[in-house]
Amino acid sequence: MSLRLAARFARREMRGGLQGFRLFLACLALGVAAIAAVGSVRAAIEAGLSREGAALLGGDAELDFTYRFATAEERAWMAQRADAVSEIVEFRSMAVVGDDRALTQIKGVDDAYPLIGEMVLDPAMPLETALATVDDLPGAVMERALSDRLGLTAGDVFRLGTRDYRLNALIKREPDSAASGFALGPRTLLRRDTLQGSGLLAAGTLYNSKYRLDLAEGTELSTLEAEAEAHFENAGMRWTDARNGAPGVARFVERLSAFLVLVGLSGLAVGGVGVSAAVRAYLQGKTGVIATLRALGADRATIFQTYFIQIGALTLLGVGIGVVLGGVVPLLLSPLIAARLPLPTSFALYPAPLIEAGLYGLLTALAFTLWPLARSEDVRAATLFRDAWAGARSLPAPRYLVAITALAAALVGLAGWFNGSWWLTLWTLGGIAGALLILVLASLLLRTLARGGARMARGRPRLRWALAALAGPGEGAGAVVLSLGLGLSVLAAVGQIDGNLRQAISGNLPDVAPSYFFVDIQKDQMPGYTKRLRDDPAVSRIDSAPMLRGVVTEINGKPAKDVAGDHWVVSGDRGVTYAAHPDPDAIITQGTWWEPDYDGPPLISFAAEEAKEIGLQLGDTLTINVLGRDITGTIASFREVDFSTAGIGFILTMNPAALAGAPHTFISTVYAEEAAEAAILRDLATAYPNITAIRVRDAIDRVSAVLVSLAAATSYGALATLLTGFVVLIGAAAAGASARTYEAALLKTLGAPRRAIAASFVLRAVFLGLFAGSVALLAGCLGGWAVSTFVMETDYSIIWSSALAIIAGGIAATVLAGLGFAVTSLNARPAQVLRARE
Amino acid sequence: MTDPVFYLQDVVLSLKGNAGPVDILRGISLEVESGTSVALTGPSGSGKSSLLMVMGGLEQATGGTVQALGENLSAMNEDALARFRQGRMGIVFQSFHLIPTMTALENVATPLELAGMDDAFDQAQAALDLVGLGHRTGHYPAQMSGGEQQRVALARACAPRPAILLADEPTGNLDSVNGAAIMDLLFSLRDQYGATLVLVTHDPVLAERCDRTIALADGRIA
Repeated sequence: MSLRLAARFARREMRGGLQGFRLFLACLALGVAAIAAVGSVRAAIEAGLSREGAALLGGDAELDFTYRFATAEERAWMAQRADAVSEIVEFRSMAVVGDDRALTQIKGVDDAYPLIGEMVLDPAMPLETALATVDDLPGAVMERALSDRLGLTAGDVFRLGTRDYRLNALIKREPDSAASGFALGPRTLLRRDTLQGSGLLAAGTLYNSKYRLDLAEGTELSTLEAEAEAHFENAGMRWTDARNGAPGVARFVERLSAFLVLVGLSGLAVGGVGVSAAVRAYLQGKTGVIATLRALGADRATIFQTYFIQIGALTLLGVGIGVVLGGVVPLLLSPLIAARLPLPTSFALYPAPLIEAGLYGLLTALAFTLWPLARSEDVRAATLFRDAWAGARSLPAPRYLVAITALAAALVGLAGWFNGSWWLTLWTLGGIAGALLILVLASLLLRTLARGGARMARGRPRLRWALAALAGPGEGAGAVVLSLGLGLSVLAAVGQIDGNLRQAISGNLPDVAPSYFFVDIQKDQMPGYTKRLRDDPAVSRIDSAPMLRGVVTEINGKPAKDVAGDHWVVSGDRGVTYAAHPDPDAIITQGTWWEPDYDGPPLISFAAEEAKEIGLQLGDTLTINVLGRDITGTIASFREVDFSTAGIGFILTMNPAALAGAPHTFISTVYAEEAAEAAILRDLATAYPNITAIRVRDAIDRVSAVLVSLAAATSYGALATLLTGFVVLIGAAAAGASARTYEAALLKTLGAPRRAIAASFVLRAVFLGLFAGSVALLAGCLGGWAVSTFVMETDYSIIWSSALAIIAGGIAATVLAGLGFAVTSLNARPAQVLRARE
Repeated sequence: MTDPVFYLQDVVLSLKGNAGPVDILRGISLEVESGTSVALTGPSGSGKSSLLMVMGGLEQATGGTVQALGENLSAMNEDALARFRQGRMGIVFQSFHLIPTMTALENVATPLELAGMDDAFDQAQAALDLVGLGHRTGHYPAQMSGGEQQRVALARACAPRPAILLADEPTGNLDSVNGAAIMDLLFSLRDQYGATLVLVTHDPVLAERCDRTIALADGRIA
């Protein structure tokens, strides 16, 4: 009964239009739109990846082998099932022009390449022509990054190993580039058969062979996958197919967008603060109406429902606007986004991300508006005769607190369910809740401090007015500290995490990291290689080890994945080495090392930390597939492996007899003075053209470049949060504008000149911004410390440049928002302002 | 003969309205002697409050001369007017107009601070004691009744011991008992400090308590 009545009351009240609700709608719409937009772009990328899965992969399915090509029998199996098969080989090498050399990722292809999709070259020409051998000089194409690095243009000659190639064109678009994943060097593409005589691909060289299958229409990929897994069991084969043509990219996009949605949720939380402030202000303005309704006989339920319906309708409108914006804006910007993304996209209106964003918006709005709405119940008819402010309770009734808690739990549950990572969700939302709690406490502290400060500032009117305004009722300091503070907290946390990560990678490492990694050194090249370096006084240290790649297929006779799950050690091929003696720096934590001349059944020394994560014990057996051959060994010891120094670190070390028969190369790290690096590279690369040098500084730059783009994406998300915070800030300033005008008029009446009043306004904005910025920095640093310490396991130190920018930003934002409205307040004639209040 | 506290000559006030300019004051000329009390009376819309605002420098006359304490208010800008009021003028409004973010004590101390008095808060405390609110110094306006708020406003107006007290229907928002108490207080403070009082009122009984009554009608002295 009361609901219908409430609906009627609500309808009547809403005839006044949306006056006073622009902030409410802006906050909600902005937060929802940001999340919906992230989701829409993700859906477009996923759809693009799915649509072009086969083209990205370069075939309907791919079989990938490490260290070897498929056997004749394996090729026959493929030929039997596919309409066409394309074989490619991928490995790292050095492209050389004169004395200049650069790391490159070589892709050797056959006539059938690309099975699906099209290679686009500059100048435009068929790939066949570009790779053709003319006058005994084979053709090649490469990425612009490499040709620029080496100063090559089309028609120039460069060297790979011991063979010259002519660069005929640059790669403009490589259809299957996304499937190749992260590479340390830019691509060079050539015909595989021209590698003969180049000295590359010698026994033991680390390379991958990939067989792309063009399957008949209607082939059931999952059935074929199962068949392949059974046929190639223990052959070291990895299967990928068009259902997820670029699994690395897809996973990356999924993780990044999940994280961005969580950052978006922090924006929605900031919006929630604004929404809450707007509802509180609205209900304060309605106190008289509510008291009149109560005087006329309306019960508490009717009052609550009347305003709940109004706020509910506005929430639906705000969420609706956000959903429409989040769906339509990416669609409108699709040409721009598609051009900037190196991935296929398929933009359309995808309902799933819009529904997700809408649900977040509804839950957030409910959670943040229930508190102020619940207080509408506290307005009594007696309020008509005296001010409502004095008697209001600080906490709403318990049923509302339970409902708010339930809504928050639902929000967390929904976020966890949608993005699939409970761990990430709990961390992020826990961080937001923690930051909110800190900010609530901080705004209480601000009031207390301002109250005390106002007493101490007696005799300095400008300062005292500013402090009194912050301490007194109705200034909205709480909403400003909360909204701006939360926005800045997210930005501060991102800044601290990003800064510490970069510092961990590029700041600390060069002190301990080697100058070069050399890979693919043949056994007979080792003496000459070592001599060149030993004789060089600039070289302080050389570490070398035999290097093979192997896949852990079984643990104690059971499939490794059944025992270790998705642990990274069992999720691909890993480096394996052998040694008669433990490394001088190694610390054996458990068990014993084998005798130097031991030649019994294979024994293994395993990295202690990873063993603990997987749950391995001494005496456990591991089956490792090396070059297609299964080797089963027993764990004899665990040892500490420090991967943070960028030196040589193997998870798996075996006794020499276990692996000595397998063809292999050596890996070596060289620690040298920076000035000597170029000469070392030139001498070694000239003497041993087959070996590949990876300059650690360059590798770090490549990794840093990826991190920079990640940090940039996250910063955009955080900026959306800050933008919402700024909207709330402007809303608060606008809401306080009439109070400021009144205050200015009164102060003028009492004899205050405008400059003094303006100084007081500026001072309070500076205090607010400084306080919000400082608290945000504290919250951001706490978040940054937690992520650095527990997630990335790196040292944490405050990044001062980011920290100071956050505080300066906080002050600038409040001063800008405050002064924007202060001009009108200061110029208003006191008589008119005061008369309007009579 | 001493100079008059107020000297107004042909004062005109026109305000811009939606339907064009509205003439509020149409050539007011008057003088108010020091230490006297003057009641401005007249029907609603006659221009009494506007005249008071012009005399207090809260509104700039659009024509004529307004002098207070020998200074020409018409020639002053907003800030000069504000400085002029410091310590010289106390104003009491019908709607009290206390600063909502300040406590009673802080409200009263504000004009004293602006006048540069070192013991602003001691004087404010004394003024509040005088109006019987010495025990509510830490309360915000919203925590006080209308009568209490008007007493704080009176204390604020009188605390700097101004030469001029302007009061715009100070009992208009109060019941008769509170209103009478406030008026007693106002006259007692005026007597104590010897200020010149200009009082806008509808109440003929209140007007009779003043030395002189100026009746206004349609923006002119009737």
